[in-house]
Amino acid sequence: MLHLAQLSKLELSDNEINGLQTDIGNILGYVEQLAELNTDGVDPTYQVTGLKNVWRDDEVIDYGITRETLINLSTESLDGSVKVPKVL
Amino acid sequence: MATILDIKNAISNSSARSVVESAIESANDNLEYHALLSVTAERALQRADQVDVGKITGKLAGVPFVVKDNFLAFGAPTTAASKMLENFNAPLQATAVEKLEAEGAICIGKANLDAFANGGSTENSAFGPTKNAFDKSRVAGGSSGGSAVITALNVVPFALGSDTGGSIRQPASFNGVVGVKPTYGMVSRYGVVAMASSTDTIGVLTTNIEDAELVMSIMSGCDKSDMTTLPDYFEISTEIKPNQRVGLIKDFMSDDVDLDVRNQVNKYADKLRGAGHIVEEVSLPMAKYALAMYYIIVPAEICSNLSRYDGIRYGHRAEGVNTLAELYGRTRDEGFVTENKRRIMIGSYVLSSGFFDAYYLKAQKARTLLINEFNKLFETYDVLIGPVAPTTAFKLGENTADPIKMYLNDIMTVPTSLAGLPAISVPFGRDKSSLPIGVQLIGPMKSDALLLSLAKSMEVL
Repeated sequence: MLHLAQLSKLELSDNEINGLQTDIGNILGYVEQLAELNTDGVDPTYQVTGLKNVWRDDEVIDYGITRETLINLSTESLDGSVKVPKVL
Repeated sequence: MATILDIKNAISNSSARSVVESAIESANDNLEYHALLSVTAERALQRADQVDVGKITGKLAGVPFVVKDNFLAFGAPTTAASKMLENFNAPLQATAVEKLEAEGAICIGKANLDAFANGGSTENSAFGPTKNAFDKSRVAGGSSGGSAVITALNVVPFALGSDTGGSIRQPASFNGVVGVKPTYGMVSRYGVVAMASSTDTIGVLTTNIEDAELVMSIMSGCDKSDMTTLPDYFEISTEIKPNQRVGLIKDFMSDDVDLDVRNQVNKYADKLRGAGHIVEEVSLPMAKYALAMYYIIVPAEICSNLSRYDGIRYGHRAEGVNTLAELYGRTRDEGFVTENKRRIMIGSYVLSSGFFDAYYLKAQKARTLLINEFNKLFETYDVLIGPVAPTTAFKLGENTADPIKMYLNDIMTVPTSLAGLPAISVPFGRDKSSLPIGVQLIGPMKSDALLLSLAKSMEVL
């Protein structure tokens, strides 16, 4: 459970972990019923309208939004860049 | 209830400003329902004045509407009903909103939802639940609960919603309004907070079918910013041919579904027969597995889509942290509600290397079997019908302790979402407690116009 929280980048309180553990166990139990279906030789459907890798030209599209506007959406910025805590 | 035409007449007889002012006043008179998270009065009134001097024109000039607060729109923060985006001011507007504004419509507020549209009752909003328009002790449904209630309260003639597994249809059904979930790809999702990209759709909640047709015709079409959009095929159809072949899905009519709901669906079937259509019972055996597929595929996609909320570029950022790992973990713990976390973690689980084949791949294969069954039925039938939800609006708090019980409410809306099919919820009568009941009409891909015109022809009978 802690590993799953870590994979999900969630720092959870003990209280919440206990509740989630029960719920997630129950939900995984519910979805297990798919095991009874025979899906041998069936292709998976990831996309329902048959699209595959839609490409566009590699060109800059102007959405009329400035760099400053986007940088200002972050909590902390410095000299036109987003500021984050130490990585290493 | 006021239609778009009524509102347009009121604008010609008085002014857009007075109509928008009274919509805002009406929104403020109904605060106890908690349908809206914000009222965008300043921007709305400015636009109304521009309509009155002829600077803004179009098919919806001066007509007020509301957007679900997962649509990026100017005039108030776009919160997705989450602490994560509580103070997020969108730098752009959703394509759907832009298209409506280009026709002169005026957004007056942003509607409550389950946080990041994760839920089916609007009780997962980080800012408190919306109350049902017919009974304040009951849920609005969800996740587009605020949109449904504000339309049902007659504050605005239409409200936008998003439907990933029933999030437009079920609250429409619970509040006695029309709810339209289009074919996957008919309406651009650009500028709408992503939930599950393979089933997310944009639609509308209205008081009548004709208004839904008008709004959908404006929103539909290809958008270069959403590569999944289909070339515009939607055209309002003016008449419905007799002898439509209608399949009544018997798998949706079991004893688990409220008797009053089943009775209304049967009455709707009789009404269709009375209008010269052919209604027969049909079977969709894979439908019972759809919810299991949905709660694998959708959490997997939620887990991916919500990974962008890391506290770095925008949205909430936890304070007093020293490392980047701590910043991610604490930001996401503080910014998400429990239901978001539940789905993110299920998603992480079913996508993890050891379990991928058993869960995610299995569900996507089962999805093919479900789609095949629908396709088979549509070789014989033009339209399928059934209930929208197994019950009418339940009590606030009734299902919150048991996620599976809550999920089971989506059992008749998720199959169409997984298949990408259009489906609409039409209000049809009440149960013994006077709560609204919705009937669901489902069609093959791109049959949106047929569903609406069939429902419209039933409306007048």
